[in-house]
Amino acid sequence: MALTLTELANPTRFMGLVTRALPYLAGATVLLFAVGLILVAGAPEDYQQGMTVMIMYIHVPAAWLSMFTYGMMAASAIGTLVWRHPLADVSAKAAAPIGAAFAFLCLFTGSLWGKPMWGTWWEWDARLTSMLVLFIMYLGLIALWRTIEDPTRAARAAAVLILVGTVNLPIIKFSVDWWNTLHQPASVFRMDGPTIDPSMLWPLLVMALAFTALLVTLHWMAMRNEILRRRVRALGLMAAGGAR
Amino acid sequence: MNAYRSLFLRELRIAVRVGGGALMGVLFFLIVVTTIPFAVGPDLNLLSRLGPAVLWIGALLSTLLGLDRLFEADREDGALDLIVGSGRMLELVVIVKVLAHWTATGLPLVIAAPLFSLFLAMPPATIGTTVLTLLVGTPALTFLGAIGAALTVSLRRGGLLVPILILPFAIPVLIFGVAASTSVLLDPAGFFTPFLLLAAVSLMAGVVGPIAAAAALRGGLD
Repeated sequence: MALTLTELANPTRFMGLVTRALPYLAGATVLLFAVGLILVAGAPEDYQQGMTVMIMYIHVPAAWLSMFTYGMMAASAIGTLVWRHPLADVSAKAAAPIGAAFAFLCLFTGSLWGKPMWGTWWEWDARLTSMLVLFIMYLGLIALWRTIEDPTRAARAAAVLILVGTVNLPIIKFSVDWWNTLHQPASVFRMDGPTIDPSMLWPLLVMALAFTALLVTLHWMAMRNEILRRRVRALGLMAAGGAR
Repeated sequence: MNAYRSLFLRELRIAVRVGGGALMGVLFFLIVVTTIPFAVGPDLNLLSRLGPAVLWIGALLSTLLGLDRLFEADREDGALDLIVGSGRMLELVVIVKVLAHWTATGLPLVIAAPLFSLFLAMPPATIGTTVLTLLVGTPALTFLGAIGAALTVSLRRGGLLVPILILPFAIPVLIFGVAASTSVLLDPAGFFTPFLLLAAVSLMAGVVGPIAAAAALRGGLD
């Protein structure tokens, strides 16, 4: 199992690894979600918010993961532009719909949470708006991949756009510090340690881990599908007599 | 230097001649400005409050919709391959092309804005600030738009895709532009903070836009 990154960059080896690792990854995801949900069920209710605080255990991991996925896509974009490696683009392309789904989940649960707590489904607040922009950027990227037929050309175009779009990540992260917003400031990743109570922090962290495992599982499955899709395309071109 | 100057003049000449569509943007701008009062009703108080926002939206839309011709026409007749193959720095070429495009399509918007502001019953103070913010902000829109135009250069129908890709990046320009335009009514001193931020966004777009657009052009052509 001693694989270096160079060996992993070979699509066939990568496919072999995915086939072997996927059952364990899927199992770990289910296990982490089970443990996380049990912990969440045992977590205390908020003294102000009551039961609605349960939304946090979905909302916060989805928000983290939607940003993490974009960061991963940015790393893949560098791989596409610098090393021109096809697998880097497969990684970015496979991650985009998952990131969009996490962003949507974050906005959706946030909206459900906002109605009872803030009295509104939507507020044009810096954090909410920058998250919506991230969601739209995911959709724009998916549209770009779907519009350009030639995969290598689409890969480079998408990579440029991904890298330009990374300016949004710090804006989302620090929007609650830079502007006075309705959204609460950071309470987990802080210089002076988390301000959230341990009884809520641990279920949250386990749920975040479960979401991360879900991301890796879905991402690898999507990458495998994308590699197969490209092989089918190449075979089709060869069968059609195209000189590729 | 000479080559860049002739490129600039060539772009301008193409833009103002038949088929260039330099004034199409201003016409579109006029249409947007005249459509909004039909939608919100001819209440002059409301319109004067919305005025800067209407002008900014109009300028944003007409800038973005005119962008698909920035590189596409040159690609169709092969001029783009010659420019890329000339060995000149592609980033500088993009800057020159964007500046020429802005002079042909963006500057007329800024000049037309005071005239159109009369339809919206805007007070003189906001007319001045809106024109000033448009002058500083529309180059940023063209520079950012150049990224979208370069990304979609090889597409037959990239028209609607460019605004979808670029609008998220244009939001800060819009926020600071409208904030600086309207703040003067409440407090004259409140003008400079958003205005300086707008200028900063413009300068940053002038750096990021050409670099990203040049990278996209190199990727899209070979």
